[in-house]
Amino acid sequence: MKAWFAQHQAALASAFHRLWSTPLNTLLSLLVIGIALTLPGAGYVLLDNLRDLGRNASGVQQISLFMNLDASKKDVGDIESRLRSAGAGKWKFVPKEEALKRMQKSEGMAEIVASLPRNPLPDAFIIEPANTEPEALEVMRKEIAGWPKVAHVQLDSAWVKRFDAFLKLGKLALWMLGGIFAAGLVAVTFNTIRLQVLAQAAEIEVARMIGATDGFIRRPFYYFGALQGGLGGLLAAALVAGAVGLLGGPVGDLATLYGGSFALNGPSLLDALVLASAGAVLGWLGAQLSVSLSLRKFD
Amino acid sequence: MIVASNLSKRYPGGYEAVQDVSFEISAGQMVFITGHSGAGKTTLVKLIASIERPTAGSLVVNGQNLSALRRSAIPYVRRHLGMVFQDQKLLFDRSALDNVLLPLQIVGMPRRESIRRAQAALDKVGLLAREKARPIALSGGEQQRLAIARAVVNRPTVLLADEPTGNLDADSATDILEIFADFHRVGVTVVVATHDQNWIERYHPNVLRLDHGRLL
Repeated sequence: MKAWFAQHQAALASAFHRLWSTPLNTLLSLLVIGIALTLPGAGYVLLDNLRDLGRNASGVQQISLFMNLDASKKDVGDIESRLRSAGAGKWKFVPKEEALKRMQKSEGMAEIVASLPRNPLPDAFIIEPANTEPEALEVMRKEIAGWPKVAHVQLDSAWVKRFDAFLKLGKLALWMLGGIFAAGLVAVTFNTIRLQVLAQAAEIEVARMIGATDGFIRRPFYYFGALQGGLGGLLAAALVAGAVGLLGGPVGDLATLYGGSFALNGPSLLDALVLASAGAVLGWLGAQLSVSLSLRKFD
Repeated sequence: MIVASNLSKRYPGGYEAVQDVSFEISAGQMVFITGHSGAGKTTLVKLIASIERPTAGSLVVNGQNLSALRRSAIPYVRRHLGMVFQDQKLLFDRSALDNVLLPLQIVGMPRRESIRRAQAALDKVGLLAREKARPIALSGGEQQRLAIARAVVNRPTVLLADEPTGNLDADSATDILEIFADFHRVGVTVVVATHDQNWIERYHPNVLRLDHGRLL
Protein backbone atom coordinates (compact mmCIF):
# COMPACT_ATOMS: atom_id res chain seq x y z
CA MET A 1 0.00 0.00 0.00
CA LYS A 2 2.80 2.37 0.95
CA ALA A 3 4.76 1.37 -2.14
CA TRP A 4 1.66 1.82 -4.31
CA PHE A 5 1.15 5.31 -2.93
CA ALA A 6 4.81 6.19 -3.38
CA GLN A 7 4.71 5.03 -6.99
CA HIS A 8 1.63 7.12 -7.80
CA GLN A 9 3.18 10.10 -6.12
CA ALA A 10 6.35 9.62 -8.15
CA ALA A 11 4.35 9.27 -11.38
CA LEU A 12 2.42 12.46 -10.65
CA ALA A 13 5.63 14.31 -9.78
CA SER A 14 7.25 13.10 -12.98
CA ALA A 15 4.21 14.27 -15.00
CA PHE A 16 4.42 17.72 -13.39
CA HIS A 17 8.14 17.78 -14.08
CA ARG A 18 7.59 16.99 -17.76
CA LEU A 19 5.00 19.75 -18.07
CA TRP A 20 7.28 22.19 -16.32
CA SER A 21 10.53 21.33 -18.09
CA THR A 22 9.17 22.13 -21.58
CA PRO A 23 7.25 25.37 -20.96
CA LEU A 24 6.76 26.34 -24.59
CA ASN A 25 5.35 22.95 -25.62
CA THR A 26 3.16 22.91 -22.53
CA LEU A 27 1.85 26.41 -23.23
CA LEU A 28 1.02 25.58 -26.84
CA SER A 29 -0.72 22.30 -25.93
CA LEU A 30 -2.69 24.03 -23.20
CA LEU A 31 -3.76 26.77 -25.62
CA VAL A 32 -4.95 24.22 -28.18
CA ILE A 33 -6.88 22.28 -25.54
CA GLY A 34 -8.16 25.44 -23.86
CA ILE A 35 -9.48 26.92 -27.08
CA ALA A 36 -11.00 23.61 -28.12
CA LEU A 37 -12.92 23.49 -24.83
CA THR A 38 -13.80 27.22 -24.90
CA LEU A 39 -16.29 26.91 -27.77
CA PRO A 40 -18.54 24.28 -26.18
CA GLY A 41 -18.03 25.97 -22.81
CA ALA A 42 -19.15 29.34 -24.18
CA GLY A 43 -22.12 27.69 -25.90
CA TYR A 44 -23.16 26.13 -22.63
CA VAL A 45 -22.98 29.44 -20.77
CA LEU A 46 -25.01 31.12 -23.53
CA LEU A 47 -27.76 28.48 -23.38
CA ASP A 48 -27.76 28.66 -19.60
CA ASN A 49 -28.33 32.42 -19.75
CA LEU A 50 -31.08 32.03 -22.36
CA ARG A 51 -32.84 29.48 -20.18
CA ASP A 52 -32.71 31.90 -17.26
CA LEU A 53 -34.14 34.61 -19.49
CA GLY A 54 -37.05 32.33 -20.47
CA ARG A 55 -37.72 31.39 -16.86
CA ASN A 56 -37.80 35.00 -15.71
CA ALA A 57 -40.16 36.22 -18.46
CA SER A 58 -43.48 36.67 -16.61
CA GLY A 59 -46.86 35.32 -17.70
CA VAL A 60 -45.42 32.44 -19.60
CA GLN A 61 -46.46 29.84 -17.10
CA GLN A 62 -49.97 31.13 -16.46
CA ILE A 63 -53.23 29.95 -17.94
CA SER A 64 -56.11 32.42 -18.09
CA LEU A 65 -59.60 30.93 -18.01
CA PHE A 66 -62.51 33.18 -19.03
CA MET A 67 -66.08 32.13 -18.22
CA ASN A 68 -69.14 32.78 -20.34
CA LEU A 69 -70.83 36.11 -19.55
CA ASP A 70 -73.97 34.30 -18.41
CA ALA A 71 -72.10 31.98 -16.02
CA SER A 72 -73.68 31.83 -12.57
CA LYS A 73 -72.05 31.50 -9.11
CA LYS A 74 -72.87 27.81 -9.28
CA ASP A 75 -71.01 27.40 -12.56
CA VAL A 76 -67.99 29.15 -11.04
CA GLY A 77 -68.08 26.79 -8.05
CA ASP A 78 -68.30 23.85 -10.44
CA ILE A 79 -65.15 25.00 -12.31
CA GLU A 80 -63.36 25.52 -9.01
CA SER A 81 -64.06 21.98 -7.86
CA ARG A 82 -62.96 20.64 -11.26
CA LEU A 83 -59.66 22.54 -10.92
CA ARG A 84 -59.22 21.08 -7.49
CA SER A 85 -59.85 17.50 -8.58
CA ALA A 86 -57.54 17.95 -11.60
CA GLY A 87 -54.73 19.04 -9.27
CA ALA A 88 -54.13 22.02 -11.49
CA GLY A 89 -51.81 23.85 -9.10
CA LYS A 90 -52.56 27.29 -7.65
CA TRP A 91 -55.30 29.52 -8.99
CA LYS A 92 -56.93 32.81 -8.28
CA PHE A 93 -60.56 33.61 -9.00
CA VAL A 94 -61.12 37.11 -10.42
CA PRO A 95 -64.86 38.03 -10.28
CA LYS A 96 -66.13 40.27 -13.06
CA GLU A 97 -66.85 43.10 -10.57
CA GLU A 98 -63.24 43.11 -9.42
CA ALA A 99 -61.97 43.01 -12.98
CA LEU A 100 -64.08 46.08 -13.73
CA LYS A 101 -62.74 47.91 -10.68
CA ARG A 102 -59.19 47.17 -11.75
CA MET A 103 -59.94 48.47 -15.20
CA GLN A 104 -61.35 51.72 -13.75
CA LYS A 105 -58.11 52.28 -11.92
CA SER A 106 -56.12 52.15 -15.13
CA GLU A 107 -55.27 55.53 -16.49
CA GLY A 108 -57.86 56.98 -18.90
CA MET A 109 -60.18 54.01 -18.55
CA ALA A 110 -62.43 55.30 -15.77
CA GLU A 111 -64.61 57.43 -18.11
CA ILE A 112 -64.91 54.72 -20.65
CA VAL A 113 -65.95 52.21 -18.02
CA ALA A 114 -68.48 54.66 -16.56
CA SER A 115 -70.09 55.12 -19.95
CA LEU A 116 -70.69 51.41 -20.39
CA PRO A 117 -74.30 50.30 -19.91
CA ARG A 118 -73.25 47.09 -18.19
CA ASN A 119 -70.12 45.17 -17.16
CA PRO A 120 -68.66 43.60 -20.34
CA LEU A 121 -66.08 41.55 -18.47
CA PRO A 122 -66.41 37.85 -17.65
CA ASP A 123 -65.48 36.01 -14.46
CA ALA A 124 -61.96 34.64 -14.79
CA PHE A 125 -59.47 32.27 -13.20
CA ILE A 126 -55.73 32.84 -13.35
CA ILE A 127 -54.06 29.47 -12.96
CA GLU A 128 -50.43 28.84 -12.10
CA PRO A 129 -50.01 25.23 -13.11
CA ALA A 130 -47.95 22.88 -10.94
CA ASN A 131 -46.44 21.27 -14.04
CA THR A 132 -44.93 23.87 -16.37
CA GLU A 133 -43.66 21.54 -19.10
CA PRO A 134 -44.91 22.93 -22.43
CA GLU A 135 -46.55 19.58 -23.31
CA ALA A 136 -48.37 19.42 -19.97
CA LEU A 137 -49.55 23.03 -20.32
CA GLU A 138 -51.04 22.23 -23.72
CA VAL A 139 -52.85 19.15 -22.39
CA MET A 140 -54.29 21.19 -19.54
CA ARG A 141 -55.43 23.98 -21.85
CA LYS A 142 -57.33 21.47 -24.03
CA GLU A 143 -58.96 19.85 -21.02
CA ILE A 144 -60.11 23.11 -19.48
CA ALA A 145 -61.45 24.39 -22.81
CA GLY A 146 -63.86 21.45 -22.83
CA TRP A 147 -65.45 22.26 -19.44
CA PRO A 148 -69.00 23.76 -19.38
CA LYS A 149 -69.49 27.54 -19.45
CA VAL A 150 -65.84 28.16 -20.30
CA ALA A 151 -65.65 30.77 -23.06
CA HIS A 152 -61.90 30.93 -23.68
CA VAL A 153 -58.63 29.53 -22.32
CA GLN A 154 -55.53 31.47 -23.07
CA LEU A 155 -51.97 30.18 -22.93
CA ASP A 156 -49.06 31.80 -24.61
CA SER A 157 -47.97 28.35 -25.62
CA ALA A 158 -46.68 29.11 -29.10
CA TRP A 159 -43.93 31.28 -27.64
CA VAL A 160 -43.10 28.76 -24.95
CA LYS A 161 -42.98 25.99 -27.54
CA ARG A 162 -40.75 27.91 -29.92
CA PHE A 163 -38.38 28.89 -27.16
CA ASP A 164 -38.23 25.34 -25.90
CA ALA A 165 -37.55 23.98 -29.39
CA PHE A 166 -34.83 26.55 -29.82
CA LEU A 167 -33.18 25.52 -26.57
CA LYS A 168 -33.41 21.86 -27.56
CA LEU A 169 -31.80 22.59 -30.92
CA GLY A 170 -29.09 24.63 -29.21
CA LYS A 171 -28.42 21.81 -26.78
CA LEU A 172 -28.10 19.29 -29.59
CA ALA A 173 -25.77 21.56 -31.55
CA LEU A 174 -23.74 22.04 -28.38
CA TRP A 175 -23.42 18.29 -27.86
CA MET A 176 -22.25 17.85 -31.45
CA LEU A 177 -19.76 20.68 -31.13
CA GLY A 178 -18.59 19.26 -27.80
CA GLY A 179 -18.13 15.82 -29.35
CA ILE A 180 -16.02 17.18 -32.20
CA PHE A 181 -13.80 19.20 -29.90
CA ALA A 182 -13.51 16.30 -27.44
CA ALA A 183 -12.17 14.18 -30.30
CA GLY A 184 -9.75 17.00 -31.08
CA LEU A 185 -8.55 17.07 -27.50
CA VAL A 186 -8.01 13.31 -27.49
CA ALA A 187 -6.03 13.63 -30.73
CA VAL A 188 -3.84 16.43 -29.36
CA THR A 189 -3.06 14.43 -26.21
CA PHE A 190 -2.46 11.31 -28.31
CA ASN A 191 0.20 13.10 -30.32
CA THR A 192 1.92 14.78 -27.36
CA ILE A 193 2.18 11.47 -25.52
CA ARG A 194 3.38 9.62 -28.62
CA LEU A 195 6.26 12.08 -28.96
CA GLN A 196 7.09 11.66 -25.27
CA VAL A 197 7.16 7.89 -25.53
CA LEU A 198 9.55 8.18 -28.49
CA ALA A 199 11.76 10.61 -26.57
CA GLN A 200 11.90 8.25 -23.60
CA ALA A 201 12.42 5.04 -25.49
CA ALA A 202 15.75 4.40 -23.72
CA GLU A 203 14.30 4.85 -20.26
CA ILE A 204 11.31 2.64 -21.07
CA GLU A 205 13.54 -0.12 -22.44
CA VAL A 206 15.87 -0.08 -19.42
CA ALA A 207 12.98 0.06 -16.94
CA ARG A 208 11.41 -2.99 -18.64
CA MET A 209 14.69 -4.91 -18.43
CA ILE A 210 15.05 -4.34 -14.71
CA GLY A 211 11.55 -5.33 -13.71
CA ALA A 212 9.18 -2.42 -14.30
CA THR A 213 5.54 -3.44 -14.72
CA ASP A 214 3.40 -2.02 -17.51
CA GLY A 215 1.65 0.10 -14.91
CA PHE A 216 4.90 1.68 -13.76
CA ILE A 217 5.79 2.66 -17.31
CA ARG A 218 2.32 3.88 -18.29
CA ARG A 219 1.36 5.77 -15.15
CA PRO A 220 3.39 8.96 -15.69
CA PHE A 221 1.92 9.33 -19.19
CA TYR A 222 -1.63 8.91 -17.89
CA TYR A 223 -1.04 11.53 -15.26
CA PHE A 224 0.52 13.79 -17.87
CA GLY A 225 -2.50 13.47 -20.18
CA ALA A 226 -4.96 14.08 -17.36
CA LEU A 227 -3.02 17.05 -15.99
CA GLN A 228 -2.67 18.65 -19.41
CA GLY A 229 -6.37 18.14 -20.15
CA GLY A 230 -7.45 19.40 -16.73
CA LEU A 231 -5.31 22.53 -16.97
CA GLY A 232 -6.63 23.08 -20.50
CA GLY A 233 -10.17 22.86 -19.09
CA LEU A 234 -9.38 25.46 -16.43
CA LEU A 235 -7.91 27.70 -19.12
CA ALA A 236 -11.13 27.33 -21.14
CA ALA A 237 -13.22 28.29 -18.09
CA ALA A 238 -11.01 31.35 -17.60
CA LEU A 239 -11.40 32.34 -21.26
CA VAL A 240 -15.21 32.03 -21.09
CA ALA A 241 -15.31 33.97 -17.80
CA GLY A 242 -13.16 36.68 -19.40
CA ALA A 243 -15.43 36.91 -22.43
CA VAL A 244 -18.54 37.12 -20.24
CA GLY A 245 -16.84 39.81 -18.16
CA LEU A 246 -16.18 41.87 -21.28
CA LEU A 247 -19.69 41.33 -22.70
CA GLY A 248 -21.53 41.79 -19.38
CA GLY A 249 -21.59 45.61 -19.44
CA PRO A 250 -22.85 46.09 -23.03
CA VAL A 251 -25.48 43.34 -22.59
CA GLY A 252 -26.77 45.06 -19.43
CA ASP A 253 -26.96 48.39 -21.29
CA LEU A 254 -28.86 46.75 -24.12
CA ALA A 255 -31.32 45.17 -21.70
CA THR A 256 -31.91 48.57 -20.03
CA LEU A 257 -32.71 50.11 -23.42
CA TYR A 258 -35.41 47.47 -23.86
CA GLY A 259 -36.75 48.38 -20.42
CA GLY A 260 -35.61 45.18 -18.72
CA SER A 261 -32.83 44.18 -16.47
CA PHE A 262 -30.68 41.24 -17.43
CA ALA A 263 -27.25 40.30 -16.18
CA LEU A 264 -25.07 37.85 -18.10
CA ASN A 265 -23.92 35.02 -15.82
CA GLY A 266 -20.41 33.67 -16.28
CA PRO A 267 -19.38 30.06 -15.64
CA SER A 268 -19.78 29.08 -12.00
CA LEU A 269 -17.10 27.33 -9.97
CA LEU A 270 -18.97 24.10 -10.64
CA ASP A 271 -18.93 24.77 -14.40
CA ALA A 272 -15.17 25.36 -14.24
CA LEU A 273 -14.76 22.09 -12.35
CA VAL A 274 -16.88 20.26 -14.91
CA LEU A 275 -14.75 21.68 -17.76
CA ALA A 276 -11.52 20.74 -15.95
CA SER A 277 -12.75 17.20 -15.21
CA ALA A 278 -13.94 16.75 -18.80
CA GLY A 279 -10.50 17.88 -19.98
CA ALA A 280 -8.79 15.52 -17.53
CA VAL A 281 -10.91 12.51 -18.53
CA LEU A 282 -10.37 13.17 -22.25
CA GLY A 283 -6.65 13.72 -21.69
CA TRP A 284 -6.44 10.44 -19.79
CA LEU A 285 -8.27 8.72 -22.65
CA GLY A 286 -5.89 10.18 -25.24
CA ALA A 287 -2.90 9.10 -23.15
CA GLN A 288 -4.32 5.60 -22.75
CA LEU A 289 -4.80 5.16 -26.50
CA SER A 290 -1.42 6.64 -27.30
CA VAL A 291 0.56 4.63 -24.75
CA SER A 292 -1.15 1.37 -25.71
CA LEU A 293 -0.23 1.88 -29.36
CA SER A 294 3.25 3.36 -28.81
CA LEU A 295 4.41 0.74 -26.30
CA ARG A 296 3.61 -2.18 -28.60
CA LYS A 297 6.98 -1.95 -30.28
CA PHE A 298 8.76 -2.45 -26.95
CA ASP A 299 7.34 -5.96 -26.55
CA MET B 1 18.71 -21.99 -8.43
CA ILE B 2 18.81 -22.23 -12.26
CA VAL B 3 17.83 -25.54 -13.87
CA ALA B 4 17.65 -26.02 -17.64
CA SER B 5 16.40 -29.26 -19.18
CA ASN B 6 16.49 -29.88 -22.93
CA LEU B 7 16.31 -26.14 -23.41
CA SER B 8 16.08 -24.86 -27.01
CA LYS B 9 15.57 -21.47 -28.59
CA ARG B 10 14.71 -21.20 -32.27
CA TYR B 11 14.36 -17.67 -33.64
CA PRO B 12 11.72 -16.84 -36.24
CA GLY B 13 13.34 -17.78 -39.55
CA GLY B 14 14.59 -21.09 -38.23
CA TYR B 15 17.96 -20.19 -36.68
CA GLU B 16 18.45 -22.37 -33.60
CA ALA B 17 20.63 -20.37 -31.19
CA VAL B 18 20.40 -22.81 -28.28
CA GLN B 19 19.83 -26.53 -28.87
CA ASP B 20 18.81 -29.12 -26.31
CA VAL B 21 20.85 -27.69 -23.44
CA SER B 22 20.60 -29.11 -19.88
CA PHE B 23 22.48 -27.86 -16.81
CA GLU B 24 22.00 -26.97 -13.18
CA ILE B 25 23.45 -23.98 -11.33
CA SER B 26 23.02 -24.14 -7.56
CA ALA B 27 22.69 -21.21 -5.19
CA GLY B 28 25.94 -19.37 -4.45
CA GLN B 29 27.84 -20.80 -7.43
CA MET B 30 29.91 -18.70 -9.80
CA VAL B 31 29.42 -19.96 -13.36
CA PHE B 32 30.93 -18.76 -16.63
CA ILE B 33 29.24 -19.34 -19.96
CA THR B 34 31.91 -19.39 -22.66
CA GLY B 35 32.24 -20.15 -26.34
CA HIS B 36 33.12 -18.47 -29.62
CA SER B 37 30.98 -15.61 -30.76
CA GLY B 38 27.66 -16.83 -32.11
CA ALA B 39 27.77 -19.92 -29.90
CA GLY B 40 24.57 -18.90 -28.09
CA LYS B 41 25.95 -17.23 -24.95
CA THR B 42 23.86 -14.09 -25.28
CA THR B 43 20.73 -16.08 -26.11
CA LEU B 44 21.22 -18.23 -23.02
CA VAL B 45 21.59 -15.12 -20.84
CA LYS B 46 18.46 -13.61 -22.43
CA LEU B 47 16.55 -16.83 -21.73
CA ILE B 48 17.57 -16.75 -18.05
CA ALA B 49 16.53 -13.08 -17.83
CA SER B 50 13.22 -13.93 -19.59
CA ILE B 51 13.98 -11.41 -22.30
CA GLU B 52 13.55 -14.31 -24.74
CA ARG B 53 11.21 -17.29 -24.33
CA PRO B 54 12.29 -20.91 -24.78
CA THR B 55 10.80 -22.66 -27.81
CA ALA B 56 11.34 -26.11 -26.28
CA GLY B 57 12.40 -27.64 -22.97
CA SER B 58 12.11 -25.97 -19.59
CA LEU B 59 14.05 -23.36 -17.66
CA VAL B 60 13.45 -22.89 -13.93
CA VAL B 61 14.93 -19.82 -12.20
CA ASN B 62 14.30 -19.21 -8.49
CA GLY B 63 11.65 -21.92 -8.58
CA GLN B 64 9.74 -20.23 -11.43
CA ASN B 65 9.30 -22.11 -14.70
CA LEU B 66 10.02 -19.38 -17.22
CA SER B 67 8.51 -21.21 -20.20
CA ALA B 68 5.11 -21.25 -18.53
CA LEU B 69 5.26 -17.69 -17.23
CA ARG B 70 2.44 -15.21 -17.85
CA ARG B 71 3.58 -11.99 -19.49
CA SER B 72 2.43 -9.97 -16.48
CA ALA B 73 4.59 -12.04 -14.12
CA ILE B 74 7.86 -11.37 -15.97
CA PRO B 75 8.68 -8.04 -14.21
CA TYR B 76 8.56 -9.73 -10.81
CA VAL B 77 10.96 -12.46 -11.95
CA ARG B 78 13.40 -9.87 -13.28
CA ARG B 79 13.44 -8.04 -9.95
CA HIS B 80 15.24 -11.00 -8.39
CA LEU B 81 17.91 -10.86 -11.08
CA GLY B 82 20.69 -8.31 -11.35
CA MET B 83 21.37 -7.73 -15.05
CA VAL B 84 24.61 -6.30 -16.47
CA PHE B 85 24.70 -5.76 -20.22
CA GLN B 86 27.69 -5.41 -22.51
CA ASP B 87 26.40 -1.99 -23.62
CA GLN B 88 25.48 -1.07 -20.01
CA LYS B 89 22.14 0.48 -21.00
CA LEU B 90 22.69 3.45 -18.69
CA LEU B 91 20.45 6.51 -18.91
CA PHE B 92 22.50 9.50 -19.97
CA ASP B 93 19.93 12.14 -19.03
CA ARG B 94 20.45 11.69 -15.27
CA SER B 95 23.16 11.37 -12.66
CA ALA B 96 24.92 8.17 -11.60
CA LEU B 97 22.89 8.14 -8.40
CA ASP B 98 19.61 8.49 -10.29
CA ASN B 99 20.60 5.59 -12.54
CA VAL B 100 21.09 3.38 -9.51
CA LEU B 101 17.82 4.65 -7.96
CA LEU B 102 15.71 3.44 -10.91
CA PRO B 103 15.29 -0.22 -9.78
CA LEU B 104 14.25 0.99 -6.31
CA GLN B 105 11.71 3.43 -7.77
CA ILE B 106 10.30 0.53 -9.77
CA VAL B 107 9.60 -1.45 -6.59
CA GLY B 108 8.25 1.69 -4.90
CA MET B 109 10.81 2.05 -2.12
CA PRO B 110 10.51 5.29 -0.11
CA ARG B 111 12.90 7.98 -1.33
CA ARG B 112 15.11 8.35 1.74
CA GLU B 113 15.73 4.63 2.14
CA SER B 114 16.40 4.18 -1.58
CA ILE B 115 19.01 6.95 -1.60
CA ARG B 116 20.80 5.26 1.29
CA ARG B 117 20.72 1.92 -0.54
CA ALA B 118 21.85 3.44 -3.84
CA GLN B 119 24.78 5.19 -2.17
CA ALA B 120 25.80 1.92 -0.51
CA ALA B 121 25.75 0.21 -3.91
CA LEU B 122 27.82 3.00 -5.48
CA ASP B 123 30.28 2.71 -2.60
CA LYS B 124 30.63 -1.02 -3.20
CA VAL B 125 31.80 -0.42 -6.79
CA GLY B 126 33.99 2.56 -5.78
CA LEU B 127 31.87 5.27 -7.40
CA LEU B 128 30.39 7.05 -4.38
CA ALA B 129 32.52 10.13 -5.04
CA ARG B 130 31.03 10.35 -8.56
CA GLU B 131 27.36 9.99 -7.60
CA LYS B 132 26.43 13.35 -9.13
CA ALA B 133 28.31 12.75 -12.39
CA ARG B 134 26.43 12.01 -15.61
CA PRO B 135 27.37 8.64 -17.15
CA ILE B 136 28.86 10.44 -20.18
CA ALA B 137 31.53 11.88 -17.87
CA LEU B 138 32.57 8.41 -16.66
CA SER B 139 35.22 6.16 -18.25
CA GLY B 140 34.24 2.84 -19.85
CA GLY B 141 35.25 0.90 -16.74
CA GLU B 142 33.38 3.32 -14.47
CA GLN B 143 30.27 3.05 -16.63
CA GLN B 144 30.39 -0.73 -16.32
CA ARG B 145 30.81 -0.43 -12.54
CA LEU B 146 27.83 1.91 -12.46
CA ALA B 147 25.82 -0.71 -14.36
CA ILE B 148 26.84 -3.28 -11.73
CA ALA B 149 25.76 -0.94 -8.91
CA ARG B 150 22.35 -0.64 -10.59
CA ALA B 151 22.17 -4.44 -10.96
CA VAL B 152 22.91 -5.18 -7.29
CA VAL B 153 21.06 -2.31 -5.57
CA ASN B 154 17.95 -4.49 -5.26
CA ARG B 155 20.05 -7.23 -3.54
CA PRO B 156 19.23 -9.84 -6.19
CA THR B 157 19.83 -13.54 -5.58
CA VAL B 158 21.34 -13.94 -9.06
CA LEU B 159 23.77 -11.59 -10.77
CA LEU B 160 23.68 -12.11 -14.52
CA ALA B 161 26.17 -10.49 -16.91
CA ASP B 162 26.59 -10.62 -20.67
CA GLU B 163 30.16 -9.87 -21.82
CA PRO B 164 30.63 -7.28 -19.06
CA THR B 165 34.28 -6.66 -20.05
CA GLY B 166 33.79 -6.80 -23.80
CA ASN B 167 34.69 -3.16 -24.40
CA LEU B 168 37.22 -2.67 -21.58
CA ASP B 169 41.00 -2.64 -21.30
CA ALA B 170 42.69 -5.37 -19.24
CA ASP B 171 42.99 -3.37 -16.00
CA SER B 172 39.36 -2.24 -16.00
CA ALA B 173 38.30 -5.78 -16.86
CA THR B 174 40.20 -7.10 -13.83
CA ASP B 175 38.44 -4.52 -11.60
CA ILE B 176 35.06 -5.66 -12.85
CA LEU B 177 35.97 -9.30 -12.33
CA GLU B 178 37.07 -8.57 -8.75
CA ILE B 179 33.69 -7.00 -8.05
CA PHE B 180 31.87 -10.09 -9.35
CA ALA B 181 34.13 -12.29 -7.24
CA ASP B 182 33.26 -10.18 -4.16
CA PHE B 183 29.54 -10.73 -4.72
CA HIS B 184 30.17 -14.44 -5.19
CA ARG B 185 31.99 -14.51 -1.84
CA VAL B 186 28.99 -13.05 0.01
CA GLY B 187 26.71 -15.75 -1.41
CA VAL B 188 25.23 -14.25 -4.58
CA THR B 189 24.84 -16.64 -7.51
CA VAL B 190 26.95 -15.14 -10.32
CA VAL B 191 26.46 -16.10 -13.98
CA VAL B 192 28.75 -14.43 -16.52
CA ALA B 193 28.82 -14.94 -20.27
CA THR B 194 32.30 -14.18 -21.61
CA HIS B 195 34.82 -15.27 -24.18
CA ASP B 196 37.70 -13.96 -22.03
CA GLN B 197 39.96 -16.94 -21.22
CA ASN B 198 42.02 -15.01 -18.62
CA TRP B 199 39.07 -15.05 -16.26
CA ILE B 200 38.78 -18.75 -16.34
CA GLU B 201 42.46 -19.37 -15.75
CA ARG B 202 42.51 -17.00 -12.81
CA TYR B 203 39.33 -17.99 -10.97
CA HIS B 204 38.64 -21.59 -12.03
CA PRO B 205 34.87 -21.15 -11.93
CA ASN B 206 32.34 -23.70 -13.11
CA VAL B 207 32.19 -23.35 -16.88
CA LEU B 208 29.38 -23.99 -19.34
CA ARG B 209 31.06 -24.18 -22.76
CA LEU B 210 28.77 -23.64 -25.74
CA ASP B 211 29.49 -24.50 -29.36
CA HIS B 212 26.94 -23.74 -32.08
CA GLY B 213 24.18 -23.67 -29.51
CA ARG B 214 25.09 -27.01 -27.92
CA LEU B 215 26.73 -27.64 -24.57
CA LEU B 216 30.15 -29.31 -24.83
